[in-house]
Amino acid sequence: MAIKPNTAFLTSYRLYVFAFFLFLAAPLVAAGMFAFNDSLFPSLPWQGFTLDWFFNDTEPKLGMFHDRRLLRGLYYSFVIASFVSLLSVFVGTCNAFLFVRCKFPAKDFFYIMMVLPLVIPGVILGISILLLASNIANGAEEALSLDLDFLRPGIILVVLGQFSFITTITSLVIIARLKKFDESMEEAAFNLGASRVRVLRTITLPYLFPAMAAAGIVAFLVSFENFNTTLFLVGSEAPLTITMYDRMAKVGSTPVLNAVSFFLMVGSALLALVSILVQRDKPQT
Amino acid sequence: MMQNDIKRLSLILLFAPFALWIVLLIILPHLGMFYISVQEKVGPRMYEFGLGNYINFFAEPIYWNTLIRTGSMSLLVTALALLLGFPIAYYIAKIAGNRTRGALFLMCLIPLWVSDLIRAFGWILLLRETGIISSSLQWAGLINTPIEFLYNDATVIVGLVYTVILFMIVPLVSTLDGMDDSMIEAGYNLGGNGPTVLRRIIIPYAMPGIVSGCIVVFMLTAGSYLTPILLGGKNSSWFTEQIYDQFITRYNWEAGAAFGFLLLAFTSLVIWGGLKLSGQTLNSTVARS
Repeated sequence: MAIKPNTAFLTSYRLYVFAFFLFLAAPLVAAGMFAFNDSLFPSLPWQGFTLDWFFNDTEPKLGMFHDRRLLRGLYYSFVIASFVSLLSVFVGTCNAFLFVRCKFPAKDFFYIMMVLPLVIPGVILGISILLLASNIANGAEEALSLDLDFLRPGIILVVLGQFSFITTITSLVIIARLKKFDESMEEAAFNLGASRVRVLRTITLPYLFPAMAAAGIVAFLVSFENFNTTLFLVGSEAPLTITMYDRMAKVGSTPVLNAVSFFLMVGSALLALVSILVQRDKPQT
Repeated sequence: MMQNDIKRLSLILLFAPFALWIVLLIILPHLGMFYISVQEKVGPRMYEFGLGNYINFFAEPIYWNTLIRTGSMSLLVTALALLLGFPIAYYIAKIAGNRTRGALFLMCLIPLWVSDLIRAFGWILLLRETGIISSSLQWAGLINTPIEFLYNDATVIVGLVYTVILFMIVPLVSTLDGMDDSMIEAGYNLGGNGPTVLRRIIIPYAMPGIVSGCIVVFMLTAGSYLTPILLGGKNSSWFTEQIYDQFITRYNWEAGAAFGFLLLAFTSLVIWGGLKLSGQTLNSTVARS
């Protein structure tokens, strides 16, 4: 312990920490608990426990697992997040090798370029990509009468938009791990006669794998919850956050949204746990 | 010779994805956004170069007032997040025992994985007129009529601080973690009291973490869309809302692009100023991994 403060100070400090975590938990508990309230509105009084908001198949208490639009949103979110995490982990791994292993001119400048997407507001990433894509699509239509449908708002643009800043996150995670790698292990393998590809496949990539997996999970979660960038790029295939927002704006908050929130909270907590477990693999790291 | 060729080839192969990503998804779109923002509509499908969209922005007080309001409220949120988050980060990094430390840090991270939408939704359920807090206060007999806590600036600030504070705590914990406890002890041994040690030793040491946290928090706040709208209601006057309005409601992409560019320029300016004031660089803070 660094400082040995008096007891009164320490007690009030602990109280503050406790109050802070209460503040962190309160809205999540509120969002989760009404999923189990047997009432048509997410508000007190408590009407008794029910699982209808998950499994009931008739109106007015249509559960989330029977709500077509919510399920479709969940599906699109899942597809988008999978593509985003695969792509961003691939480019992130390339970036890690580029910035940790290679020497090239203006490296510091390019490194800053790599970090930059993280400090551009999501809304702006969304609109700038929307503008460029539409301009190219319009240009192609006018000049060549080509119909480049994939440049219109839709899944591909959403994936690109999210990829544009999530790659920075995955790169930073993978770079951190590659920096800790002991290069003498590779040299030893070369001395034993292994080829470049084989060293990469049997030594370096397995070492990097926990970081790649963790980065992939982080990318998946960030993509799943993204709203700002997605908002401008979304077409008819709306992911879950957009579907939920629509529902909230049009119908108002209903307990089925609490059910989805609860489902997402449990899902993300489990994935986050997995990402921590894969990163904490062997004691040597 | 052979070795050099392989090196060059792998450099090119590794550089290609990076370059494609940065050029196609970051640089070109922003150049394009700037280009569109200096187009003026002179007739149906007729455009001309000009600063009309920017002149409109400065001529209409409601636009630049919103930007200034967004900026100042974001600064307030950043300051509050630092003030509230620093003791928590210090507790996690320096005071908590080994076992509680990990648990507390994890508890800090859990809300990070839940979307803005659900967090704002939770606050709505707590704070609205028929919400949990209002009902509980009535039940306890403290108030007679329901109180509406939503749709004011204080609620927006609470919601924003809640949404971003984790991005303040995480970099703070990681910098404070690297600090040797003996530095603090030395400060006390040399006769410093609590506030002096905090001001002369702990804060200077934590500076990269503080600046990094502040940058990310400020950007996230100024660029946030959901929290101000859901908690602040229709007249929350957040600048991202203006951008959305120009793009989707009025379909005026030229003005929307100009607004987007202004938001980017404004936030970059604030961050540049902050970095200069604190004597840090982007490389020593956010990019530190």
